[in-house]
Amino acid sequence: MSVDETTVRRVARLARIAVADHEVPKLATELAAILAFVEELSELNVEGVPPMTSVIPTALTLREDVVNDGEDAEKVLANAPAREADFFVVPKVVE
Amino acid sequence: MNAPSKTPASSKLIAGATGDWELVIGLEIHAQVTSEAKLFSGSSTAFGASPNSHVSLVDAAMPGMLPVLNHECVRQAIRTGLGVNARINLQSTFDRKNYFYPDLPQGYQISQFKSPIVGEGEVVVDLGEGESVTVGIERIHLEQDAGKSIHDQDPKSSFVDLNRSGVALMEIVSKPDLRSSDEAKAYVQKLRTILRYIGSCDGDMEKGNLRADVNVSVRRPGDPFGTRCEIKNVNSIRFIGQAIEVEARRQIEILEDGGSIDQETRLFDPGKGETRAMRSKEEAHDYRYFPDPDLLPLVVEQAEVDALKAALPELPDEKKARFIRDYGVTAYDAMVLTLERESADFFEAVAKGRDAKLAANWVINELFGRLNKQGVGIEDSPLSADQLGGLVDLVTEGVISGKIAKDLFEILWSEGGDPRALVESRGLRQVTDTGAIEKVVDEVIAANPDKVEQARAKPTLIGWFVGQVMKASGGKANPQAVNDILKAKLGI
Repeated sequence: MSVDETTVRRVARLARIAVADHEVPKLATELAAILAFVEELSELNVEGVPPMTSVIPTALTLREDVVNDGEDAEKVLANAPAREADFFVVPKVVE
Repeated sequence: MNAPSKTPASSKLIAGATGDWELVIGLEIHAQVTSEAKLFSGSSTAFGASPNSHVSLVDAAMPGMLPVLNHECVRQAIRTGLGVNARINLQSTFDRKNYFYPDLPQGYQISQFKSPIVGEGEVVVDLGEGESVTVGIERIHLEQDAGKSIHDQDPKSSFVDLNRSGVALMEIVSKPDLRSSDEAKAYVQKLRTILRYIGSCDGDMEKGNLRADVNVSVRRPGDPFGTRCEIKNVNSIRFIGQAIEVEARRQIEILEDGGSIDQETRLFDPGKGETRAMRSKEEAHDYRYFPDPDLLPLVVEQAEVDALKAALPELPDEKKARFIRDYGVTAYDAMVLTLERESADFFEAVAKGRDAKLAANWVINELFGRLNKQGVGIEDSPLSADQLGGLVDLVTEGVISGKIAKDLFEILWSEGGDPRALVESRGLRQVTDTGAIEKVVDEVIAANPDKVEQARAKPTLIGWFVGQVMKASGGKANPQAVNDILKAKLGI
């Protein structure tokens, strides 16, 4: 399966990953190889086989509706590159 | 994707320069789930806290933190599904919807894309005058809300508050079954009523707890669906109506000028009364959904669904039907009375053991009218159901006239008190003593000999006499008695 350079740039942009021009051809080749590998799976007939979501049969853990976390703005803001009072501050984003 | 065309009622069509157009509307309602804690963390959902206080390290998307699903949010979604007669999916999955925005620290929203918890259902929407429309529900899924960005505090930066980040939302997706702005508004109103009855969302649109994305397209009647535009985040029922109207006009104008509609996301600006394109579309709608590897499929037992169903309160449609059947009120009155569960309870308390139609009259026309005028909710009503019931009793027993009852209503509203005691202490009791009434009638007749002459020729003038006698008695004379005595005395 081939991956063209436009696709590489698009995927990188969607994932907000900076990709230099000279990296694009190499990434295209690598991504194509990965997709080819995954493609092999489609050779299997999985009709009627439910998707496996866990290697060991376990159920989703649920929590009760109780407030037992939060209330520590300092901790949450500790790594903020910029803050003003108790807000995170980011470069202006307006629609 | 062309659903069978409904036959459009011609009154719903919009006349363009080149012929009629039919509006097609579908709504995605985002309803904040009523719960103490967030969808995947133990931090509080309470409104109005100081910035970034109701935030756990899960909500802030710190590396290594894992989401754990709140059981109550699942129950609320199931209750809501049952409330719109929908299929509950015993197995559903969570997916990541990937996009970047500063108030979304994870870089993705956990949502249910492929397998939502609630499947197809339907809502019957009253349109008044016995008309109704059945609106299909496509699905309801659970998802996380984002944080809040504030843009007006600083010229060069935006401020981010994550208190809302991770709060549970239900996205309720309708089928494109709505054909006018009025239908869309009535649908949102009905859905809001159902949510509030069930208690799964408080429906507070001012706080943004219920908001809508509105999909609008137009077509010639009978044609396949046209290209639609999505108007994002409309936060009042009135604005939903306005946004649909202006967007339909915009699209019709473009099409009639020979243009075509671009499928895009738009914003409604209530100030300017227009919609405008929201963001560049180059990569939009490429959310690269995939199953969230942090969350196993959600499996619900049928027994739990059954238990939730059994515990549901009486829903608006059932209540309305019961009011019509048991109290003999009109369909319209029943609709008004059941709009809010609290109003319905209030009415039932007033109607219990009394003339239900009279009770409905007083509750709707006097009490609701007054509450609306003052912008007060039923829960803050200055009059209790007991007080209003007492007033209705006094009217029924003939102790006070309808007119005096309105005065008594005013006193109860502004001063409070026991209705029966007030009637005694303020001398509001209706005069049924015919002797006393006769005396007043005689005085009025004696003072107006010319009118008496006229009334004999033109009996409808009796109304004028009734008015005079009522005035002279301070409104306390029994109007029927006054009428009877006048007729006898005037010989008509």
